[in-house]
Amino acid sequence: MRIFVCLGNVPDTTTKAKFTENNSVFDTTGVQWIINPWDELALTRAIELKEDANSSVEKVTVITVGTKSAEPTIRKALAIGADDAIRIDAEPNDAYAVAAQLADVLKDEDFGFVMCGIESCDYNGSAVGGMLSEFLDLPSVSAVAGVEVEGEKVSVSRTIDGGKEIINIDTPFIAIVHKGISIEPRIPAMRGIMMARKKPLNVVEASETELLTDHKSFELPQPKPPCKMIDPENVKELFDLLQNEAKIM
Amino acid sequence: MTVLVFTENWDGKFKKLSFELVSYAREVAEKLNVSVVALSIGEVDEDELKKLGDYGADKIVSITNDHLKTLDNQVYTKVISEVTQKENAKVLILSHNNTGKAIAPRLSVKLKAALGSGLIRLPSEVDPFTVYKKVFTGKAFANVILNSDIKILTLSQNSFKLISSDNKATIEEYSTDIQASDIKTKVTSTDKQTGKLLLTDAEIVVSGGRGMKSSDNWGPIEELAKLLGAATACSRPVSDEGWRPHEEHTGQTGKIIAPNLYIAVGISGAIQHLAGISSSKYIVAINIDPDAPIFEAADYGIVGDAHKILPELISIVKENLS
Repeated sequence: MRIFVCLGNVPDTTTKAKFTENNSVFDTTGVQWIINPWDELALTRAIELKEDANSSVEKVTVITVGTKSAEPTIRKALAIGADDAIRIDAEPNDAYAVAAQLADVLKDEDFGFVMCGIESCDYNGSAVGGMLSEFLDLPSVSAVAGVEVEGEKVSVSRTIDGGKEIINIDTPFIAIVHKGISIEPRIPAMRGIMMARKKPLNVVEASETELLTDHKSFELPQPKPPCKMIDPENVKELFDLLQNEAKIM
Repeated sequence: MTVLVFTENWDGKFKKLSFELVSYAREVAEKLNVSVVALSIGEVDEDELKKLGDYGADKIVSITNDHLKTLDNQVYTKVISEVTQKENAKVLILSHNNTGKAIAPRLSVKLKAALGSGLIRLPSEVDPFTVYKKVFTGKAFANVILNSDIKILTLSQNSFKLISSDNKATIEEYSTDIQASDIKTKVTSTDKQTGKLLLTDAEIVVSGGRGMKSSDNWGPIEELAKLLGAATACSRPVSDEGWRPHEEHTGQTGKIIAPNLYIAVGISGAIQHLAGISSSKYIVAINIDPDAPIFEAADYGIVGDAHKILPELISIVKENLS
């Protein structure tokens, strides 16, 4: 069974948000790019499944929509342990267009399931995985916090309010994953980094698609008034402020 | 034309989140001068359904069907898109929770409708339809234009006030044709704690970080939370160490919450943690390090040892709130 993992190439989570061109374009100056954190957890789980002798997973392919500038991030995924990669050559500006472009490539591929992170930490759309499922007309499970593969049989654990559900599902399907799918992302080892250079990274042309959204302008949060410091010998003051000023208690 | 709002229920009951959604839908409908239809899927009795009218629904479409007892994204998408078309809805509103995130993107493709997700206030304009949302996990906000005939909006929890209305909503039963074979995701077991206050629903959250030193020191956090009717949370290092369950991890890759009050104890306030809590209305920080970044995000702060301050705070709360 082959697994696909969709990768987003996003600014490092410690990046300060800055914008140019009259606050209409994200300023990429000095930005470090990383694998979207949820996608990295998905990739980690995919590789664990490939290594597990009880599962029939034998190949992990990463796929991304991005320009050439996304290739260092893709190489990192190959270094972590993906077998090969597909880059769909387009600027990922709109979730609907990205999902359509992914679907256009994946419709001709044979796979057990596709894993997508639940959200990207740049535009926070929480959209691509679900949209991809609908474009491919495949079942999807979202908020997936675990995937088990026994031979050809796949089950997933879905987070629900106050607990979880175990779901059996026939392949092929789309798993939209969040924390719990794995806990710590795997870090590339030196051998992996060496091997990644030789692994196939196929670039394919993007299909023509419509954009449905346009990020017209950005704003930064209003600066917060300074924190009111309370004397540690007078904890009662905190209670009074919460009660009388914040009107919470 | 209508605004359609999908209202989820929990064992037949709505919660504050459902009423926030209907209140929001009402305000969007006012801007467009159209009516509000609320869609409920599952066994909900008439008195409970009527509550949706109290927040501005004009009509309630109720669907009960055994095949819809668990969430199958494909089938829910089919049903909701049917109702969207039947009601001639131009705007479809869902919560930005696990259920909304699972089905809104599918509906977007099915209806070829632009998706504005994780919204935190009303659309600023309806022509062009412009929504306002958090981006970069709260480090910035964006005005996004939705270019399609139908628009789908998902609303962040706890970001819109309840607005009561004296609407008397009509209730309409709707039946839909679903076969057992349509359900491709079979739930084989459920493990759920009922009656526990969910972190995402809580109005007050008491949260501990690495500064608590050990899982053995969580007693005062739990006690304070209990006294305040609050949920407990933690920072990532705490859940990674296994001191607390992963469900409590709040931050960039954990839960994103927006309570009225967030009490951060022994949490330094890494940027990834702040991403999860920056929408809290008030933040209290208790930390031994005066330079901890949490104090830049907090409204009220105490520099000191949590092991001394928490018991004091607990006894003050006991004296004053009992």
